[in-house]
Amino acid sequence: MAISDAYEAVIGLEVHTQLLTRSKIFCGCANEFGAAPNHNVCPVCMGMPGVLPVFNRRVLELTIRVGLATHSQISERSIFARKNYFYPDLPKGYQISQYERPLCVGGYIELPTGNGAPRRIQLARIHLEEDAGKNIHRPTASLVDFNRSGTPLLEIVSEPELRSAEEATAYLRELRSILRYLEVSDGNMEEGSFRCDANVSVRPCGATELGAKTEIKNLNSFKFVEKAIKHEIERQTAVLKAGGKIMQETHLWDPERGETRPMRSKEYAHDYRYFPEPDLPELYVPPELVEQIRAQAPEVPAARRARYARDLSLSAYEIDVLTQEREVGDYFEAMVAAGIETKAAANWTMTEVLRASNESTETFSNAVPPPAQTAALLKLVAQNEISLNAAKTAFAAMCKSGQDAATTVKALGLAQVSDEATISQVCDQVLSAEADKVAQFHAGREKLFGFFVGQVVKAMKGNANPKVVNEVLKRKLAMAGRPSPSDLPSSGA
Amino acid sequence: MNDELFRLTINDARAALRKREISAVELTRACLERISATEPKLNAFLTVAESEALTQAQAADQRLAGTQPAPALCGIPLGIKDIFCVRGMRTTCASRILENFVPPFDATVIVRLREAGAVFLGKLNMDEFAMGSSTENSAFGPTRNPYDLARVPGGSSGGSAAAVAADECLASLGTDTGGSIRQPAALCGIVGVKPTYSRVSRYGIVAFASSLDQVGPLTKTVRDGAIMMHALAGVDPRDSTCSARPVPDYESALNGELRNLRVGVPKEFFVEGMQPAVDDAVRATLKHLEAAGATAREISLPHSQYAVATYYLIATAEASANLARYDGIRYGFRAEAEDLNELYHRTRALGFGPEVKRRIMLGTFALSSGYYDAYYLKAQRVRTLIRKDFEAAFNTCDVIVTPTSPTTAFRLGEKTQDPLQMYLSDIFTISVNLAGLPALSMPCGYDSDGLPIGLQIIGPAFGEETILRAADALERSGSIARRRPSAV
Ligand SMILES: [Zn+2]
Repeated sequence: MAISDAYEAVIGLEVHTQLLTRSKIFCGCANEFGAAPNHNVCPVCMGMPGVLPVFNRRVLELTIRVGLATHSQISERSIFARKNYFYPDLPKGYQISQYERPLCVGGYIELPTGNGAPRRIQLARIHLEEDAGKNIHRPTASLVDFNRSGTPLLEIVSEPELRSAEEATAYLRELRSILRYLEVSDGNMEEGSFRCDANVSVRPCGATELGAKTEIKNLNSFKFVEKAIKHEIERQTAVLKAGGKIMQETHLWDPERGETRPMRSKEYAHDYRYFPEPDLPELYVPPELVEQIRAQAPEVPAARRARYARDLSLSAYEIDVLTQEREVGDYFEAMVAAGIETKAAANWTMTEVLRASNESTETFSNAVPPPAQTAALLKLVAQNEISLNAAKTAFAAMCKSGQDAATTVKALGLAQVSDEATISQVCDQVLSAEADKVAQFHAGREKLFGFFVGQVVKAMKGNANPKVVNEVLKRKLAMAGRPSPSDLPSSGA
Repeated sequence: MNDELFRLTINDARAALRKREISAVELTRACLERISATEPKLNAFLTVAESEALTQAQAADQRLAGTQPAPALCGIPLGIKDIFCVRGMRTTCASRILENFVPPFDATVIVRLREAGAVFLGKLNMDEFAMGSSTENSAFGPTRNPYDLARVPGGSSGGSAAAVAADECLASLGTDTGGSIRQPAALCGIVGVKPTYSRVSRYGIVAFASSLDQVGPLTKTVRDGAIMMHALAGVDPRDSTCSARPVPDYESALNGELRNLRVGVPKEFFVEGMQPAVDDAVRATLKHLEAAGATAREISLPHSQYAVATYYLIATAEASANLARYDGIRYGFRAEAEDLNELYHRTRALGFGPEVKRRIMLGTFALSSGYYDAYYLKAQRVRTLIRKDFEAAFNTCDVIVTPTSPTTAFRLGEKTQDPLQMYLSDIFTISVNLAGLPALSMPCGYDSDGLPIGLQIIGPAFGEETILRAADALERSGSIARRRPSAV
């Protein structure tokens, strides 16, 4: 531990992720972000008197997908429970959740550790619940938007096995990556579809008992998760070193001040009085359903990493970058499949493709050209039809225009000129225009060679084949110094 | 036709309507006039929906005049306990907290009744949130018993029972969580059916105790109960606890047969403190059953002695969560307040009556950390034992017969200061809800004050046909001379 040699941190994360279903978990309302307030609501998700929940089976399938990807045990029979508390955004005064007998138990997630064996973090449970609405505070009133009420949520609870803020962040990134690979969640922390609470405690190194923990809430970015946990570890270590005691309490992360501060005890001191939800029967998962979902399970990041490491000669760093997002890896693989050499495809994906997608507000697939077109572009480079720089220019244009590689190269006049006669003509023009510098060159300022090359390339708008330019210029300058019949200009001048 | 159309049973009215001897509008008008005449004495209705009822009746008459066969309850005027959400009709649950609540949707059973062509006369009084056994817990004043205005009609469906007994409507809807259909039916001398848990959808019925609540009809005759049951029962995609079993034609089960019926009589249900007249009437009915070819034998339901305690843990626990939604935020009553906590406290303090508050507190306590195992969990275990008692009993009998309530109608105010005494008036009905079984109450005599006595017939799960058949046969045998209520 960097914080202190004498203390170690014990961190567990509780992640809530919204599921990408068309409708809500217990009613038929649309599950979508950004609708007008209280637009996607009905008597059920508004908690009207007498309404009853009806479970959306799609939620079950998505959860089993996550359970299998995290090596969890899928409970054949699980039950829903009511979690009781009052809050204006909670229409029924209780949240339908799972308490005893959750749907998934005892899985794990493996974190990549460079070239060593992956680090395994055990999961306590994965359970289903419904999201609450959203309170909106205005100077004169508090308002509630119930669009989010009843959005399906997964709560994924890790065992307290994370040992540093960095490891916690790595776990979170891996989990988000898994959920996005499985297409169960968009993992958007800013919009709140992927949220994290951290339980942090500190104990003397070598101790087996857990210290008193604080729960940190309001962590809505990876950066905040890391900062808040770091801050909390430092705070607790300082308290313990000074002989103080850690209070079991809930803290809020204050991103403005960059610190955690305790919530008033009233804000969190709940006895949730869980009890089995009488309005929903036991949730039965037929073993055939699990097997069916297992058979259709998409590849998870860990499997893809292992495959790349085994089949492709890429560095651990490259593998990591290429596999974090499923669509990035898919893109890279599509380019390789289209005949681009592995290293070139990897480099291009990691630089140009990721830059274009990061700079765009569009989704990945809308931000970049189809991989077949990018492959076509790189083939032009391999065939010396265009320069690498020209390819970058063309790629940027393709991202915006959506046109194919050949059209773009043509439209921008990027085709590379390798024709010696054309290049020779330009060289002659440059050398005669720069007669002074040619004289200086022959007087011994050989560094000017580069200047001549630059002038030629510039005159040809960057499209000259630099190799040919070099050869022609060398010949012409040598001839100017020591004329020889074989080096006579072939045409023009 | 007699001019007192409101006295008709569903069965008779149905025939007269189909033969066009009477119109649905005439029948509805007769009931509305009867309501106007009797309500000052009874206070059974919280809302009378005169214009809506007449509109429905006109529509029913059109259907009756058409060439298509009219649906089962076409033109039949009904009263609806004020616990059922009816779109556009005030639904108060007899509570201040929902005093002005108008639901934007229909309960599933209301949809079914609309499809069956029924006419809704209005909403009926009850104990607030169905918590009580006398209808004295209504925020809008008690309903009175049509046999004696100084006495209660029972509860919680007291308005539903009194209205039917007083001929204000042909039948009514009630709900039964611990006896709330059967006990008022007994105290008002009519028939009340509580179906098997899951037989009828609960969607749109303001929840009291979700694992116990069940919808049922209150009717003048057993046959009417069977007709209503057929309209109400059946699977509902909006209620995941609702059974998908096909619904039998209950009416065709009424073959008048009592021979070879094996009647179980639980020894635990003839208790100390039971009113002698009740004991006598039930025993006389048993004799009559035997005379008609049934066999009676004593059975034992040993865990039934724990039923009341078990019920008041489970029902209140569920209620404490079910009633949390009345928070003044989205609908219903909201008190003036400075901040959120005060809003909650004042809204619920002013909105709920004392019995509701008592049960919320009891249920909250039973679920609290540190008490959950000792109360809620133990109650669930006892509930399983009670269910097993019944399962074992039904290995040796077809129906179980008991008194519905240990006494006839008691006086207003007699038990309001003693909640425990009030709770004990459901002592014979509660265990049936805990076991999820079907049961009905039917009149089986009158005490020396002329107050009705109820007989409870309990069946095995989904044994509605059996109990209706037995009750109908008993009713048709004429062994019990029915008396009209004397006070209205
Ligand atoms: Zn909804």
